[in-house]
Amino acid sequence: MTKIDKRFLSGNEAVAEGVRLCRPQVIAAYPITPQTTLVEKLSEFVADKEFPCEYMLVESEHSAMAATMGASMMGVRTFTATSSQGLLYMCEMLNFVSGSRFPVVMVNANRSTATPWNIFGDHRDAMAMRDSGWIQLYTESGQESMDTVIQAYRIAEDPRILTPVMVNLDGFSLTHTYDLVEVPDQEVVDRFLPAYQTDNKLDLKNPKSQCISIGPDFHTEIRLQQQDAMDMAKKVIADVDAQFGKEFGRSYGGLVQEYRCDDADYVLVVLGSVAGVARTVVDELRKQGEKVGVIRVRSLRPFPNEYFASLKNRFKALGVLDRNLSFGNQGGVYTETKAALFTPGNMIQTLNFIAGLGGRDITKVNIAEMFSKLKAVSEGEAENEMQFIGLRWS
Amino acid sequence: MAIKFNELTDQELLYGQKTCPGCAAPIAVRLALKVLGENTFTCLPACCMCATTSVYPQMSFFINNTTTAFPATASTCAGMAAAAKMLGIEDDVTILGIAGDGGTTDIGLQALSGACERNDNILYLCYDNEAYMNTGIQRSGSTPYGAWTTTSPTNEEVVGKNVVKKNLFDIICAHRIPYAATASVAYPRDLLEKIAKAKDIKGARFIHIQAPCPTGWGYKPELTVDLAKMAVENGLWTLAEYQNGKLTVNVKPKTFKPVKAYLSAQRRFRHLKEEDFAEIEKQRDQEWELLRRKENEL
Amino acid sequence: MKPQVNQAFKLPTNQSELSLGSSCVAGILTAVNAGWRTFKPVIDQDKCIRCLLCWVYCPEGVIGKENEKLEIDYDYCKGCGICAHECPQKAIDMVREAVK
Repeated sequence: MTKIDKRFLSGNEAVAEGVRLCRPQVIAAYPITPQTTLVEKLSEFVADKEFPCEYMLVESEHSAMAATMGASMMGVRTFTATSSQGLLYMCEMLNFVSGSRFPVVMVNANRSTATPWNIFGDHRDAMAMRDSGWIQLYTESGQESMDTVIQAYRIAEDPRILTPVMVNLDGFSLTHTYDLVEVPDQEVVDRFLPAYQTDNKLDLKNPKSQCISIGPDFHTEIRLQQQDAMDMAKKVIADVDAQFGKEFGRSYGGLVQEYRCDDADYVLVVLGSVAGVARTVVDELRKQGEKVGVIRVRSLRPFPNEYFASLKNRFKALGVLDRNLSFGNQGGVYTETKAALFTPGNMIQTLNFIAGLGGRDITKVNIAEMFSKLKAVSEGEAENEMQFIGLRWS
Repeated sequence: MAIKFNELTDQELLYGQKTCPGCAAPIAVRLALKVLGENTFTCLPACCMCATTSVYPQMSFFINNTTTAFPATASTCAGMAAAAKMLGIEDDVTILGIAGDGGTTDIGLQALSGACERNDNILYLCYDNEAYMNTGIQRSGSTPYGAWTTTSPTNEEVVGKNVVKKNLFDIICAHRIPYAATASVAYPRDLLEKIAKAKDIKGARFIHIQAPCPTGWGYKPELTVDLAKMAVENGLWTLAEYQNGKLTVNVKPKTFKPVKAYLSAQRRFRHLKEEDFAEIEKQRDQEWELLRRKENEL
Repeated sequence: MKPQVNQAFKLPTNQSELSLGSSCVAGILTAVNAGWRTFKPVIDQDKCIRCLLCWVYCPEGVIGKENEKLEIDYDYCKGCGICAHECPQKAIDMVREAVK
């Protein structure tokens, strides 16, 4: 009987194990809270020769993504990680990588963006990069984070996709909390994730030009090509997760994971680690006879439009919990969810809850309040469409 | 390492580019590629040499090449070099960064500094036309004192750019990399020998080449090499090398030719008066004093 | 042999003919630069001593030294005049091209 390797790891450490098992040949990263313990762990692994890797200690996040891109275009597997200010600093390079179709995998520790300065978790950083052309997946546990890094390479490197993947972990509340994580054997991961092969690389035998200029004449068609890959990614993300489930015994719902939604009246849409709290509240409310459920969106890009469009009148009311806010409009996930729901026959009422900004805890009381507001609005009571939950004062 | 022109290959690895007639940058690049050869991976940021070579569908580089973001030449090259090492080809190839003064001295300086500090295995070539030429002649940190540019215009009170040119060679030498040099298209044998020397060294190597620009400097294209020669003869451009902790000045004019002839031949300096020539010669003399001292001390 | 316009190259005519992302083969010429010139350099082969300075200084690399006599690829010469100006033998004339 094979011994199962279960370790007590933080979210960042779990990611590091996942990266180790995927064996990127070049890592270029710059430390930023709360990603630091991840890049430090990887430094240790590389120094201990756990996997052969050229680890570049670059002098900024912009250089981290530029160096990662330079390595990726030579045809090697790469990895990097960042957070918040670093993610924003490398913004133009994110667009370079995605437009060039290099399958970089990056872990982003979700953290608020200055100002005001804040090192704690919310989703403002990754939300600001929704248009960058990267696949964005959000995880809720250390186990899922490690597993999703492995899945991310398989998705990114799929010849039909060739799109970089950002795996998001909630800063501190996931990166720095500890849990039991089952770490698979190298051989099992190697069977699931073969070595990276591509023609999209610089090659002495077939000299190429990369990152070229393309003017108005063909630019749109290249963007259509990019969008087609994102559409295909909806299928591939789901397939890879299902395949992972078969081989490792764990899967996460593909693009979207429902919890007790089958007969629910009111559901809450969430991203990331708050899903665990939401499910606890759902269980408690269910005991009191309330028919509630949680929808965890795992893939923000590509957005699961078809899933939301299919909901029709399954629920009376749907709330979206956004740990971000687009000033001048509403929460980012809410805006996209509402647009996806906007189909003939849709009867679901929607509310947007802004919570958890700048690392503020989202409590069970907060979540229960959200469900009671969803109930109220479906019973005809007046509720503001968008509300800040958990304000210190009214 | 004596270079004989006759023995250099006739093969052009840079051809058909849309640079202005008389542009010095492709002189420098094609000569470098004659020494470096086909096993070269080159990386350019937004600049004249990328905009004129890499716009679909015409690709003027006949070797592996990439464009990158404006600040990212050295960092992209560094990543390419790391991959080359992991692929086991680092001894057989050159990772060549080619950037203008804008992408090197200003927006690209951080990445270049980082690559030098890490001693990344790249050869970085800066062609210096002394302004942001690709975007229409705006001033850069490498624009000399007194030069007109669109963002350092001249009038009765303003001499044009009124601060001195950033000393990029000094900055790079301070990083103590294995090899750094300045070169000129008017001294092609010297340029070729420096490229050949750099090719065989491992680690961060940097060559800074003055690239007279007919469009931005304002002169007839045929004078490009002449002007580059005058700049060396009047001391406004130095030819030097830094290697193994030692600084060597390759060309030391016994007396400098007056700057007036060089400056007056260019539209960008046409507004200068006698007192400006004197100021420029004073700055030149100060720079050379520092240079001579460093050559003796280092 | 200097590079020439790539006759085999065709622009894509449908989505599946696009190359991936922002990549392209290296080294494709689709147009000549001959139209840039007003004057074209003509080498007086009797005066030429094959010092190769013109070959070194040409920004376009259009001077060929493979054969006994130096040759100019007029498809890509822009007529900048550096070769004529720098020739120590004054063996190159810049001749105004005929107006067609």
